Amino acid sequence: MSSDIKNRIARRVAQDLPDGAYVNLGIGLPTLVADHLPAGREIVFHSENGLLGVGPAPADDQADPDLINAGKMPITLLPGASIFHHNDAFVMIRGGHLDYALLGAFQVSAAGDLANWMTEGDTKAPAVGGAMDLAAGAREVWVLMEHTTRDGRPRILERCSFPLTAARVVKRIYTELAVIEVADGLIVREMAEGVDFARLQAVTGAPLRLGL
Amino acid sequence: MIDKIVASAAVALDGIRDGATILVGGFGEAGMPHELLHALIERGSRELTIVTNNAGVGQTGIAALLSAGRVAKIVCSFPRSAGSVLFDELYAKGAVELELVPQGTLSERIRAGAAGIGGFYVKTGVGTLLAEGKEVREIDGETYLFERPIHADAALIKADRADRWGNLTYRASARNFGPVMASAGKVTIVQVREVVALGAIDPEQVVTPGIFVDRVWECGR
Repeated sequence: MSSDIKNRIARRVAQDLPDGAYVNLGIGLPTLVADHLPAGREIVFHSENGLLGVGPAPADDQADPDLINAGKMPITLLPGASIFHHNDAFVMIRGGHLDYALLGAFQVSAAGDLANWMTEGDTKAPAVGGAMDLAAGAREVWVLMEHTTRDGRPRILERCSFPLTAARVVKRIYTELAVIEVADGLIVREMAEGVDFARLQAVTGAPLRLGL
Repeated sequence: MIDKIVASAAVALDGIRDGATILVGGFGEAGMPHELLHALIERGSRELTIVTNNAGVGQTGIAALLSAGRVAKIVCSFPRSAGSVLFDELYAKGAVELELVPQGTLSERIRAGAAGIGGFYVKTGVGTLLAEGKEVREIDGETYLFERPIHADAALIKADRADRWGNLTYRASARNFGPVMASAGKVTIVQVREVVALGAIDPEQVVTPGIFVDRVWECGR
């Protein structure tokens, strides 16, 4: 996915985060959301390794190896930030204290099942990190992903073929083509400019309803 | 008089047996007790079970321990970080066993071991491959998995400052697993940047109280 498309998705998601929200950004595409916050909104970003109030990446010569995010990339802290240990970080995650978890995904099902930790026929060691905790514990899970795989196959499916991270947790899906709500099926809330419903349905592996 | 300060990493690791289960703090490189791990290699300890978040990066720390063939099993949440080449090789050869645990469950299992709790029910992992073989229970309409505590022979931690009672402070996100692991080791061994006089750490600022700490080695970084 080009960085242009990624940034377009991230910018679109950022518009929907309300003032005052506590938000965990998953590794990969979701971390870009922090770069696109509308002016005047206070959003508190959480990192699973024990931080609230995560700010933008520092200049290269300002990076502190003790101050990193979930993806192990250097970050900064904003005024009002706090530092805590791993158990507290996951009390926040699992205990429903985060308003939103923004996660990447390989696949999402029409029922909101999420697959984002393991593909089919993967021979490398599996790795799950905090994905299952975030999926099970955040008040809302929003997925940010490309609408189809590199070879054009749908990622939104009737059923996920990859192993699940959690069942029935995804509430919204943001792709480069559409914003889709998961609520008793898939409801298209918005289509990107130049996208029509027939084309969107053709690249989606589960029935869509228009609910603009 | 209480004095937990020891003169060297070798003395700090005294008594660690082959086959021990060892908690190792750190998330990525932040908070990783590299110098203690290298002393563990020099000591010759083997057949270790290592409980830690990642499976080592590059050639130092956990990766060096793996490379030296000292690890029989690793219990972790995310062995696939960029640069974790060594673990991938050993795992592909079947030379090291992996128990994959979701990160919050890992942290809570360590806490349960520390707190005298015989297990707990958690929503994380319900309906996934990681639920296989675990008891499932409905509580107030929610489905949970039963998870068991982790008991460890030793914990290796990196902190920032310590006094001779073993009170600790940490630095930024290098805190991560330090406090929970410090409370869980039968023997908790800490490397610190700086040892300060008793009373120099404001009681309000102590993150790990000295009761959890057995040995402190001033590593200087």
